[in-house]
Amino acid sequence: MDSPDTPSTPVPAGGAAPAPAADAPAAPAAQPAAAKPAAAKSAPKAEPKAPPPPPGPPDPPPPADAVKPAWLTALEAAHRPAIVATSYWVGDWSVIVQPAHALAVLTWLREAEQCRFDFLSDLTAVDWLPREPRFDIVYCLYSTSRRHRARIKARLADGEAVASATGVWPAANWLEREVFDLFGVPFAGHPDPRRILLPEDWQGHPQRKDYPLEGPGELMIEDPHQWLELRHRQREAAFE
Amino acid sequence: MPQNPQSLFDTDELVINMGPQHPSTHGVLRVVLRLDGERVVDADVVIGYLHRGVEKLCEHRDWTQIVLITDRMDYVAAATNNLGYCETVEKLMSFEVPRRAVYIRTLLSELQRIASHLVWLGSHAMDIGAVTVFLYCLRERELALDLFEEYSGARLTYNCMRVGGMPFDLPAGFDRKVREFCDIVEEKLLEYETLLTQNRIWLERTRGVGVISAADAVAIGLSGPSLRASGVLRDVRKDEPYAAYADLEFDVPIGGAGDTYDRYLVRLEEFRQSTRIIRQVLDGMPEGPVMGKVPRLIKPPAGETYHAIESPKGELGYFIVSDGKALSPYRFRVRPPSFCNLQALRQLVRGHLVADVVALIGTIDIVLGEVDR
Amino acid sequence: MIDSVLIPLFKIVILLVGVLTAVAYMVLLERKVQAWVQVRLGPMRVGPHGVLQPIADVVKLIIKEDITPARADRWVYTLAPILVLVPALIVFAVIPIGESITMFGREVPLYLTDINVGLLYIVSVSSVGVYGIILGGWASNSKYPLLGALRASAQLVSYEVAVTMTLVSLILMAGTLSMVGIVEAQREAGLWYIFVQPVAFVIFLIGGLAETNRAPFDMPEAESELVAGFHTEYSGIRFALFFLAEYANMIVVSAVATTLFLGGWLRPFPNVAVLAPLGLVPGWAWFLLKTFLFLYFFLQVRATLPRYRYDQLMRLGWKVLIPLAIANLFVTGAARVLL
Repeated sequence: MDSPDTPSTPVPAGGAAPAPAADAPAAPAAQPAAAKPAAAKSAPKAEPKAPPPPPGPPDPPPPADAVKPAWLTALEAAHRPAIVATSYWVGDWSVIVQPAHALAVLTWLREAEQCRFDFLSDLTAVDWLPREPRFDIVYCLYSTSRRHRARIKARLADGEAVASATGVWPAANWLEREVFDLFGVPFAGHPDPRRILLPEDWQGHPQRKDYPLEGPGELMIEDPHQWLELRHRQREAAFE
Repeated sequence: MPQNPQSLFDTDELVINMGPQHPSTHGVLRVVLRLDGERVVDADVVIGYLHRGVEKLCEHRDWTQIVLITDRMDYVAAATNNLGYCETVEKLMSFEVPRRAVYIRTLLSELQRIASHLVWLGSHAMDIGAVTVFLYCLRERELALDLFEEYSGARLTYNCMRVGGMPFDLPAGFDRKVREFCDIVEEKLLEYETLLTQNRIWLERTRGVGVISAADAVAIGLSGPSLRASGVLRDVRKDEPYAAYADLEFDVPIGGAGDTYDRYLVRLEEFRQSTRIIRQVLDGMPEGPVMGKVPRLIKPPAGETYHAIESPKGELGYFIVSDGKALSPYRFRVRPPSFCNLQALRQLVRGHLVADVVALIGTIDIVLGEVDR
Repeated sequence: MIDSVLIPLFKIVILLVGVLTAVAYMVLLERKVQAWVQVRLGPMRVGPHGVLQPIADVVKLIIKEDITPARADRWVYTLAPILVLVPALIVFAVIPIGESITMFGREVPLYLTDINVGLLYIVSVSSVGVYGIILGGWASNSKYPLLGALRASAQLVSYEVAVTMTLVSLILMAGTLSMVGIVEAQREAGLWYIFVQPVAFVIFLIGGLAETNRAPFDMPEAESELVAGFHTEYSGIRFALFFLAEYANMIVVSAVATTLFLGGWLRPFPNVAVLAPLGLVPGWAWFLLKTFLFLYFFLQVRATLPRYRYDQLMRLGWKVLIPLAIANLFVTGAARVLL
């Protein structure tokens, strides 16, 4: 449906990068990347257009004159060792914490007097493929009593689990299921770890950067090589 | 004959599958109910039948094309989806939109709120059996759609905003038509209220049904009118003003009991507040350009932000990451209010009857296009 | 021979054809009235203003494929729609449409028969119809119909008692169970019973809505909850039978209400001499007019009210209607003894 656009998907980009450690959960997702030469052959002009791998998340450090909100000062005082970095961009403060301490920080943020982050606005993930650790888990918090926002991020390697926040906010239940479904990030202690948007028997996790926009999942073909062959044949046929 | 006399009195629980094809699951929602008689013991909400991978798709479209995709999420409130996306990108670019464009956006999103609430009221009433209200609501919604058609040329997926401003100025005479529309809505609201608000059956069907306390509602992530009906004063328009809401005067209705009836009353009051906002917007409409000077090729600097607006359904947030290089967002994430609100359904339906399940699906106001994306 | 066989046979045919046509056009009327209330046009395509729509509907339903679910109980599944429709039709046997008219020099009464337990016959026969609903829902071997059937039984026990109680107080007033007798009693009293028994009338009306499964008591087939309730699995002609029965029941309830409370074929205020010119209108026309008013009320109610929940109907039945009906019965009895 969008053939000229497709080759610019990060498939080649992912393949060009040092392949992520081929531990068990990553294996199916890594296969399309391995099959890259076949794709490149069928669409050779894709190669030069492919963007270079992103350098990692833009987490600019706060400018010197930025006034830290009260919750951040309190958080830094209480959980200094858990905090990896603090960043500020267009008015949003975010705090990167160590995944092992994420749950403790979140629980604290919900309970602490200066914070009272009782509303989990959003919970999502970002895949920075070549980077190690690969995923950012992003918690967007809001306080209905203090009326301020915070963003907490934790960096996770592929296959690494983070403690589920369902105990802190029940709202995390479906949001974590969605992250698991689309990114394949497991949540330890999640009460209902099933896929949510995709069918139970879906292969792979589509929001990963090495999962093509158009691809095997769409045609329910389990083997990516088979799909690449099929697409190659379709293109040939269209050309003639 | 059963061996054990006790087993004569054993009853089985009935598992019933409501949806994805069912007259009142508002699309392709599937709810698996475990029933004891007609009482719901537990429910499993199954979604995803309309999953189109909007987020993945947006990460492969350039920044301007995405506006069109956002239309397809909450398709009964496309204008607010556009608004949320455009504002998020503008925030990433630290771009100041011309005042007139901001006002037009506010006008459209309040019109959209009325149109969306009309669909909600109609379908909610129809689920409870008041079919006439449904048709009345659609009659008035038609007028709102006419206005949108006049502005954008489309009636459902408007694609009516751009990063950096608005594509067109208001057509001639739009001001008068919108005012007429507000008068009509206010008048017809009384008509709906005659049919429902004091109706004994309506009261019995909605009062005390699906009660959720303020603390529970916040914890489960309810937002929008459903949260306010539980007595939580939370409205993104007031708390984190976007568009032109900081200049406008309006009240945020809240409920007390947190039941279906309160959610109904809160939304009805929101109609009135919306018309009030619309009138103020029209009165204070500034002159000037409607489109800011954005580059032809939009490429926000590397960075990420979360920006939320108050869509008719609740807090609609966009979390967008730009890597500063690619022509499309590196990560495009929507915080869909319908999705997060729907999560509360399981908690709401427990202990109620099958008939209440449809009332409760109606009361949290979901659009499956947004739930599944 | 003519009196005992031919005329009744002729009347049966007329009655059946009349009722079935009326039912077909009730459907059209319902759609039209609903449409008018809801600022729509309703059926407009088949014939001028859609007047031929019922015929198209019937033809469609008849030629439609008739599906029996594989795991349904075939016998009961087939029996159920018949069990619903037949009682609805045979009730008409005792409903007096008018006084006797003279036709070809013969005195022909405008009713099929006047049995001395007419009212009892109506109550018992029309209750049988509910069995059809329950059996249909059960025999479909499917969950939504089963829930619909359960609701129908719950509904039955809640309204039937109250309605029957009100009928007893009417019998006390009239001193007879014969339908013709009840009308005659109203003529003698010079008053329609609606003025004497307003409470009974209201209870009967509510019970009538419940008995016919009409909004706001259409729980057994609540579309937005149970898809189509007890007849979810039915299609084609068998579905049509259920459909016919529902509308036939509406006509039955309207006709019975007319007879019991609005003086049947009597003109308004039969004992007021000033209104004597009204007597020029034949009795059957009065009867049809009153029945029509009831039917119109049914339609208007459906277009106006939301749906009750079945536990609420049960509460209404047991906690409001039955005590009220019993109180009404006592007051009526006391009044009959004392006055």
